[in-house]
Amino acid sequence: MYAFAYQKPATVAEAVKLLSADPEAKALAGGMTYIPVLKQRLARPSAVVDLSGLGLAGIGVSGGVVTIGAMTTHAAVAASAEVRRAIPALAALAGGIGDNEVRHRGTIGGSLANDDPTADYPAAVLALGATLRTDRRTIAADGYFQGMFTTALEPGEIITAVAFPVPEKAGYAKFPNPASRYAMVGVFVARGPQGVRVAVTGAGQGGVFRHTAMEKALEKSWSADALAGVATPAEGLNADLHGSAEYRAHLVGVMARRALAAAG
Amino acid sequence: MSLSVSLTVNGVSRTIVLDDPRVTLLDLLRERFDLTGTKKGCDRGQCGACTVLLGGRRINSCLALAASCDGAEVLTIEGLAQGGALHPVQAAFIAHDGFQCGFCTPGQIMSAVGLLGEGQAGDDPERVREGMSGNLCRCGAYVGITEAVLEAGRVLAGREKGTAP
Ligand code: FES
Ligand code: FES
Repeated sequence: MYAFAYQKPATVAEAVKLLSADPEAKALAGGMTYIPVLKQRLARPSAVVDLSGLGLAGIGVSGGVVTIGAMTTHAAVAASAEVRRAIPALAALAGGIGDNEVRHRGTIGGSLANDDPTADYPAAVLALGATLRTDRRTIAADGYFQGMFTTALEPGEIITAVAFPVPEKAGYAKFPNPASRYAMVGVFVARGPQGVRVAVTGAGQGGVFRHTAMEKALEKSWSADALAGVATPAEGLNADLHGSAEYRAHLVGVMARRALAAAG
Repeated sequence: MSLSVSLTVNGVSRTIVLDDPRVTLLDLLRERFDLTGTKKGCDRGQCGACTVLLGGRRINSCLALAASCDGAEVLTIEGLAQGGALHPVQAAFIAHDGFQCGFCTPGQIMSAVGLLGEGQAGDDPERVREGMSGNLCRCGAYVGITEAVLEAGRVLAGREKGTAP
């Protein structure tokens, strides 16, 4: 790590002020990505602004919406009786991120701010049509993800919570990289107030994306059979030592069928 | 910049002034508190050798800045045995040969204590393996580790009921 100053503000307003006053300052959530980034000297922030003292952890359900505070850990989401009841697919997704040690520190806000193209949460946020709340506004999922590691967040803007409308049905399935548990391909399917939405993570070079061809097919018939003739072009998909773009395209179909089976 | 950090480590309150915020919880434990039972394997969150309980939950101490743990309660391998009597998880690791070189063992044991506290594995070996998946063992002692965790789970459950051993 290069040297940095450490700040642990007690209010969101104070944190925003620190981050806005200094463009080289960086926010720290759970640190599951950012601490390794610092250790590898891939970043050189002037200051690290620790968000763990802002009281942003917690889960609430009301009026058909599950609201999760940005600093809520994956383990807390996975274990939450309320989330399990309202959106079991979301609890299951959180319980499949990394390993237990990671899930006890890693946060939903940190994951979404980082927007790793192979992270799990972006698929849930996009498929469920969630809304991100920040210190200054709300951002709809459709406008939030803007390519890998790129989001609609402005400099100094902090996610405070994520609001998920409760779907009628939802399911998630991923093909995890066996070592890291990151999604080589993850597909989240949901049917709810915003119609049918299918989001794919891990596969796209531009990060998470909606699979509109699958959405159309599932609008007509919510069943694995409906996906039989739906193609996923390999163009624009990731290729690496773990799998070619064609292989990932194939996995998108397999994971979508598994996600549907999980959704019931 | 200097930062004062107060922690309860294995039941003892400790306060230390850090001259640099880059110190991780792992380095604080090993190099400032001389608690070298917690190991540094990868130093980037991949191996679990540095697992400790923070506020009762297992974490990778190499991925936590010591400064952000201010006020927290930490349990390390050194704090498990009580008055010379091994913790049931420690005893079970010995009984089932849950290690070879021993480097990953403090992390494995702390992770197992965390897992049994979470109560999410029961007596299902597959769920124990999944629950322990954040802890790698280069010697491949996984079979013994799984057996040890299952037995420790039985011992602890028996203690709760006031029946067995
Ligand atoms: S040393 Fe912390 S996970 Fe490997
Ligand atoms: S006993 Fe050697 S690494 Fe696990």
